[in-house]
Amino acid sequence: MSDLILETRDLTKYYGGVHALEGANFTLRRDEHVAIMGDNGAGKSTFVRQITAVEQRTRGEIIFDGEPVNFNGPLEAREAGIETVFQTLALADDLDVPDNIFLGRETTKWNFLGPFKFLAYGAMRQATLEGLERTAVKIPNIRNKIRNMSGGQRQCVAITRTSTFHSKLTIMDEPTAALGVQETAQVENIIRNLKEQGEPLILISHNMRQVFDLVDRIVVFRRGRIVANLDRNAISPEDVVAYITGARTGDEYAAAA
Amino acid sequence: MADRTVYGTGGLAFDKSRMAWPNEINVFLALILLIGIFELLGQLLPYMNNQSLLFDFNTKRDGTILNMARIKIIILQVSIVGIIALGSTQVIISGGIDLSPGSIVGASVMISMSFAQTELVNGNPNPKAIFGPWAMDLPVIVPILVALACGITAGATNGFLIAYTRIPPFIATLGMMVTARGISKWWSKGAPVSFPTEEFGLIGNGLGGWMPVVIFVSLAVLFHIVLRYTVYGKHTYAIGSNEEAARMSGISVNRHKVMIYAIAGMLAGVSALVLSSKNLTAQAGMGLMYELDAIAMTVIGGVSLAGGRGSIVGTVLGALIFGVIISGFTYLRLDAFYQEMVKGVIIISAVILDQWRQRRAAART
Repeated sequence: MSDLILETRDLTKYYGGVHALEGANFTLRRDEHVAIMGDNGAGKSTFVRQITAVEQRTRGEIIFDGEPVNFNGPLEAREAGIETVFQTLALADDLDVPDNIFLGRETTKWNFLGPFKFLAYGAMRQATLEGLERTAVKIPNIRNKIRNMSGGQRQCVAITRTSTFHSKLTIMDEPTAALGVQETAQVENIIRNLKEQGEPLILISHNMRQVFDLVDRIVVFRRGRIVANLDRNAISPEDVVAYITGARTGDEYAAAA
Repeated sequence: MADRTVYGTGGLAFDKSRMAWPNEINVFLALILLIGIFELLGQLLPYMNNQSLLFDFNTKRDGTILNMARIKIIILQVSIVGIIALGSTQVIISGGIDLSPGSIVGASVMISMSFAQTELVNGNPNPKAIFGPWAMDLPVIVPILVALACGITAGATNGFLIAYTRIPPFIATLGMMVTARGISKWWSKGAPVSFPTEEFGLIGNGLGGWMPVVIFVSLAVLFHIVLRYTVYGKHTYAIGSNEEAARMSGISVNRHKVMIYAIAGMLAGVSALVLSSKNLTAQAGMGLMYELDAIAMTVIGGVSLAGGRGSIVGTVLGALIFGVIISGFTYLRLDAFYQEMVKGVIIISAVILDQWRQRRAAART
């Protein structure tokens, strides 16, 4: 079994004539947390959208869990084990916490009833409480509707959803962009928990402090290309800023810049 | 980690008694209030001679406290449209709208009644016969299946149009509304279809006339359970709440929509059976405007037109409010014009109240 959970080779996406992503070669080990940084329009989200198959790539290869994959949509990617927290969160506002966590993969009973099989509410509530505890999320009442929850609680529910099911890879697209101090800390705790459990993560973030706190490696995108692949322990935030702004480019990527 | 309460995690205080009560209680209170208003008006108006809307205090005459005759009228009035409202509830919860059930009733009564006719009426050949002798005196299950099939076909067509051509539900079901009404007129060139078999007549008149109520209540209980406790129900709420999220969560939204509209159509078929059986005839104009009454019952019952919120319990209460208003006006001997005017006012007030309540609930948490 390969040591890598995800590898992309020459991953490229053009929107019309715009080269949004150009020849991205990216690797992720099975226990590794990697941050993707870069300015707006650098190609970070485009990169994630190709991996999760929200969009179809122009060319290139994606090797997930040792096998080349061609997902037709985000659902297939999820079934293969890639859990994504999108910026939009994708929660149903009028449903409560267990409903949202189990949406689309409910625990059921009396399965002979086909589409009318019954929901095992008790089991789902139990699993939800356990999932929330594991991620140390504080929610006073899980039967409350998402509509009535704070931005931080929503974010935590979305993240708990990805960690309740055993995924092979978690991707978080700016999970703390809209959060306050305490809520950010809570999300960061969840990420640390994932690290302790040895689950790989791709984190997109603009927050330098957060990135240095949480991940092992930083990959910098600029104008659609990967321009640096940095070990967190070997560099300073100032270096990363230099790579992001274009003052410096990693030696192995000199041709790309 | 250990501080888990019964309701949540993190040990945060949660006072269950301070939770907003379910909207159905508000609707129920509104029902009681309306009954009270009609009672009061009945007592105040001099020409009413101490009559009562629902209560019969003259127990010597009737032997009961409740005025069963009037209650029966109220529930019977709403049963037939109420069956449609059960389908509209599901459609509206899923974020759609269905304008076609009234016309589906029209088409279904004509087609199904054609399979329910008797060969001989008072010893003479059936003057309204549609088909030849082969379609006469068929077992009652035949017209029942025909009506359900008509409803499901029309409903599923709605669903396919909405799910796969992505045209708005309003347009798709508007088209079906016009088309199905056309079919009901074309079927017998406008002539009524009459003289059903005796068994067919039982669907709407059996159990001492209570049969429509029994059918309505059984279906309400069935779909209450389905919406609340099954995967179908959960996905219906999820689609109405956030269709994109539902799609991303792996719910086959398109297939589910076809199912919702097909069920709504089927319920229109059931309503058609009860209606034509109760009247022992089918006419092309039957079911006119039923869809709007059904939507009104649904909205009065607290189902949000934006989707995602509402329940069968609410719709049943909404239907009862509807019935109390109609029979209340009759009881006060007011003209039918006022009924319609007040119906409109009540629909709008129900939506305003619901939105006001939602805003307040959002501000409190």
